[in-house]
Amino acid sequence: MTGEAVTGRRLPDGWGFLVLPLVAFLLVVFVHPLISVLARSLSDPEPGLGNYAAFFDSPVYLDVLVNTFVVAGLVTLVTLVLGFPYAYLMTLATPFWRGVLMAAVLVPFWTSLLVRTFAWVLILRDTGVVNEVIGALGGQPVPLLRNLAGVLIGMVQVMLPFAVLPIYATMRGVDRRLLQAAEGLGARPAFAFWRVYAPLTLPGVAAATLLVFVSSLGFYVTPALLGGPQNVMIGELIVQQLSGVLRWGFASALAVILLVVTGVLLLLAARVVDLRRMIGGGR
Amino acid sequence: MRPARVALWALAALTALYLVLPVFVVVPMSFSDSAFLEFPPQEWSLRWYENFFTDLTWLDSTIASLQIAVQVTLLSLVLGTAAALGMVRGRYPLRALVSGLVMAPVLVPYVIVGLAVYAVFLQLGLTETALGFVLVHTALAVPYVVITVSSALMSFDRRLEHAAMGLGAGPVTTFATVTLPLIAPSLAGGAVFAFVTSFDEVVTSVFLSGPDLTTLPVQMWSGVRVQIDPTVAAVSSMLLLVTLSLFAGAGVARLVRRRKA
Repeated sequence: MTGEAVTGRRLPDGWGFLVLPLVAFLLVVFVHPLISVLARSLSDPEPGLGNYAAFFDSPVYLDVLVNTFVVAGLVTLVTLVLGFPYAYLMTLATPFWRGVLMAAVLVPFWTSLLVRTFAWVLILRDTGVVNEVIGALGGQPVPLLRNLAGVLIGMVQVMLPFAVLPIYATMRGVDRRLLQAAEGLGARPAFAFWRVYAPLTLPGVAAATLLVFVSSLGFYVTPALLGGPQNVMIGELIVQQLSGVLRWGFASALAVILLVVTGVLLLLAARVVDLRRMIGGGR
Repeated sequence: MRPARVALWALAALTALYLVLPVFVVVPMSFSDSAFLEFPPQEWSLRWYENFFTDLTWLDSTIASLQIAVQVTLLSLVLGTAAALGMVRGRYPLRALVSGLVMAPVLVPYVIVGLAVYAVFLQLGLTETALGFVLVHTALAVPYVVITVSSALMSFDRRLEHAAMGLGAGPVTTFATVTLPLIAPSLAGGAVFAFVTSFDEVVTSVFLSGPDLTTLPVQMWSGVRVQIDPTVAAVSSMLLLVTLSLFAGAGVARLVRRRKA
């Protein structure tokens, strides 16, 4: 442990210089392009705030922003509803079943995003597995692809591990004897659970909520393949503006808006949860 | 069992199926003879696998992806390990800013990174080049190396190094023969993260790809985006096989280590 690792203006020592190559690399490959995006959003096609005005004046584009928040919010909600009981069961299960439940979370985590999205296309399309089964049972085919249902099904599966892992990590640290104590004092089990146990898991739930919501805002692949024209998210709009009509300045402005929203949410969240630990827990 | 407990197990079982099952639906479908990939397949065949191994666009993109991922792994190991050593052991100004910068590539949406890098690389002639891909993927992969290696360094007992130096080893020998072997497991972990991050990266790669250079995920992307190319099912199944064998390998390795201990 380095006791001298404290803040303060100090010149780098021998070890400190080792940080430099990575810092230089990221400034050139990562930060500089982002600054160029900001510059371009203010200068292309003409200097000024025209691109931002175009965005905030158009109901069509504002709808995309609203839709992005709605989808991210729904994904977060469903993910928590599924992930919380799942993580709780992991704390109760025997080591074997805990391993099985953990593996079920980790397999998709390590599976290529495209493989998973492709699988959903095969399952959800009109001639897909789900509709074959419905048809065989005599029902009408249900549209599950190129709409909100498809996006939610696909995105929740991607985000579930990012909710289960931090929630489980927090739950593991909660002393279950508190529940016995509450019940011993006369609380009914449900009351004891929601009033004593659940509040203690809040740090994990907060981390999961934040991680899922913020990541969902910037999704591109899943909504592009599973979503429809009615629920375009901002990430898709950026690509459309670029590849379709080459509106570089406008696409850059969209990127800046998404970046600012993401950044503000993360800064707010950094006061509540430890971002480094969150990233360490997820991929 | 209490009813609540039964409900909990039922919900968790359904969630687990939802997480795992869809992935494996691809495998039987990849053996379908039909271009429509119906489920369950009416006729079985290996034609989509044959298609993969005989089609140069698929093979070239696979080789490109592997080459890029290997270079990304090496570059992020060097940059990331050096930075982790500096961040854990060193003194330098603006610590918070530096940690923020190192973690930022994970937090910024990849669409934004793709757009930003595409604009700059177009001017530099780096789009559709392996170097361009390696640079971007390294920026995205390096935080994982820094995280895994710095957590190993924080629990590292530096008295071991002092002992080696006290016995006359120079700093380089000490690093190579004491420090490096002890942090090797986390280097391996970081390497896996870096490799997978690069090999699996779609979004930024879609921006950088073109006729001159296309990676496997981008090839798969175009095989799903407009019209479904059944070859994607064969590729997906093979990727799943690799993932699962890595998983099984890690599980066996852990068992063996536990037996020894």
